[in-house]
Amino acid sequence: MWTFLLRRLWQSVIVLIGVTLISFIALQIGGDPTYLFVSENASTEEIERARRVLGFDRPLHVQYLSYVWDVMRLDFGTSLTFRQPAMDVVLAALPASIELTLFSLILAIVISIPLGIVSALYRGKPVDGGIMTFAMIGQSIPNFWMGIMMIMFFGLYLSWFPISGHVPFLRPLFHGDFARAFGNLPQTLHYLIMPALAVGSYTLARNARLVRSSMLEVLQQDYVRTARSKGISETRVIIHHALRNAWLPVVTMIGLEFGFVLGGVVVVETVFSYPGVGRLVFNAINQRDIPVVQAAVIVIALIFILLNLIVDLIYARLDPRVKL
Amino acid sequence: MALPTESPPTGATTAHMPDAQLPPAPTWRRELRRAWISMVASRWALFGLIILLIAIIVGIFGPALAPFDPNRQNIMLRLVEPGGAGPGGAVYWMGSDSLGRDVFSRLLYGARVSLLVGFAAIAVGGTIGIIAGLLSGYFGGWVDDIIMRLGDIQLAFPFILLAIMFLVVLGPGLMNIILVLGIGQWITYARIVRAETLSLREKEYVEAARAMGDSTVSIMFRTILPNIMAPLTVIASFNVASVILSEAALSFLGLGVPPNVPTWGSMLAESREHLLSNRWWLAIFPGMAIVFVVLAFNIMGDWLRDHLDPRLREQG
Repeated sequence: MWTFLLRRLWQSVIVLIGVTLISFIALQIGGDPTYLFVSENASTEEIERARRVLGFDRPLHVQYLSYVWDVMRLDFGTSLTFRQPAMDVVLAALPASIELTLFSLILAIVISIPLGIVSALYRGKPVDGGIMTFAMIGQSIPNFWMGIMMIMFFGLYLSWFPISGHVPFLRPLFHGDFARAFGNLPQTLHYLIMPALAVGSYTLARNARLVRSSMLEVLQQDYVRTARSKGISETRVIIHHALRNAWLPVVTMIGLEFGFVLGGVVVVETVFSYPGVGRLVFNAINQRDIPVVQAAVIVIALIFILLNLIVDLIYARLDPRVKL
Repeated sequence: MALPTESPPTGATTAHMPDAQLPPAPTWRRELRRAWISMVASRWALFGLIILLIAIIVGIFGPALAPFDPNRQNIMLRLVEPGGAGPGGAVYWMGSDSLGRDVFSRLLYGARVSLLVGFAAIAVGGTIGIIAGLLSGYFGGWVDDIIMRLGDIQLAFPFILLAIMFLVVLGPGLMNIILVLGIGQWITYARIVRAETLSLREKEYVEAARAMGDSTVSIMFRTILPNIMAPLTVIASFNVASVILSEAALSFLGLGVPPNVPTWGSMLAESREHLLSNRWWLAIFPGMAIVFVVLAFNIMGDWLRDHLDPRLREQG
């Protein structure tokens, strides 16, 4: 157990070093990075001064080491538009994005599993064909367009859901204000449904297909036949014998899909004017607020690495064959 | 010096081996026929192929087919509804946007960018990935370690963030987006090529080629690579779909190609400003275009997988 944990942690550290290296290279790749931090009509003296203040006149390896040191202290400099530490700006927007990410994953899982099972049980029937067509199209729709379509139909035409905004749940929860957090919850979900569906549509479609093929494979196994021959009810066979084993590839897949979901969050938040890290990044891109972009990317990468670690642990727990 | 008693056989690497050891050599004409029959049998695949052909034709001949210059603004004819009258008695089939540009013409031009980026990025990513995977699988050891760890690091980043980070600094541009999206894909190919190379490396016909004195490069590219093209083709098809989606997302964020080039993603970005005033045509058409093309590539990927993987084919 401990060796597995340590090995896994060590891998994460290496990946983290890689992440800092890549983001450092990204900053340098366009030539002198000073120009990213000064206004377009800055004078030569101003540029020279900025270069010295920001430390871009030092040798590259010194710059990289000091960059790593800054990252370790979560110091990305001052946001050019907010005039406060870039990290604080990102952290303030983070709870809203976590809500969106988690809710879209939950929606995707809760909807895709029954769809996949039904599809597998009615293999070759019209129900199966319908669900799989739906899944195929779901995998081909850009999440931001899905968002726009939902705004047009459910938001503006039917007026079922609000088309933008957010009611915080996690933020009051973090501050210990449970009454407000849970009082907000119904509203939070009401605001979250459309963006979460847009973010999760790809994952939902893909998982439905995966659950189906995984179920089909498991249903042919000897232990399922044995269970059936013992006279156990079909529901019990499916839930206790088949589903339990069909889970594993799905869990792996969900781990791999965090990247998609987090990427989707960045784009979809923009569509719904949702006050999370994604919209922050979008605005920072347009205002060329590099410190905020860098801080946001690193924070999301950190979360991604952490989530993958958790998924690995869950996987090891679900599958007794994986030695901990 | 004695002359050789017989002329060197053509295809020297395989001439001395019994046929049973060779991978089956399909004649391409028979293969093509078999593919066509299986495609017609699956109506989905045929549908995908037709969409794809239309998209490619539009991508190539779009400028000739477009009724208007996609960038010509006409302030007098802003936000005309689909089917409304354009300048000089012409019709705006898909309406006009907030600058009075013809949506249909912009859509036709947009096909070119999407397909170009899709195919070019796969060419970049595929080339890097195949070389890396062959090296990794064939040599193993530290070469393998370094290449695979690099891939792990890259996969630890949500890809779109990586693209955002580089494109913010590099600035928008067709070449930049192709490179960034291409480099984003290499590890997928490298992993597959590596796994297949590992198993092929020990096969008799590879050993035979080695015994015949073929160079390492020749073994990798002429003996191993042709035998792993099937899984690569399948992955490439799905990959084009996901690259087109990424390109649309990046264009939507304003990080794609320069603003004067119409793309489906940037058209959708512009449509957002008119959501509340119900200019539905600005959002519907570019979105549908993306969905159809991506769907076509996904369908083709599915079909190729079933067609090229005999195990799946037998299961039906």
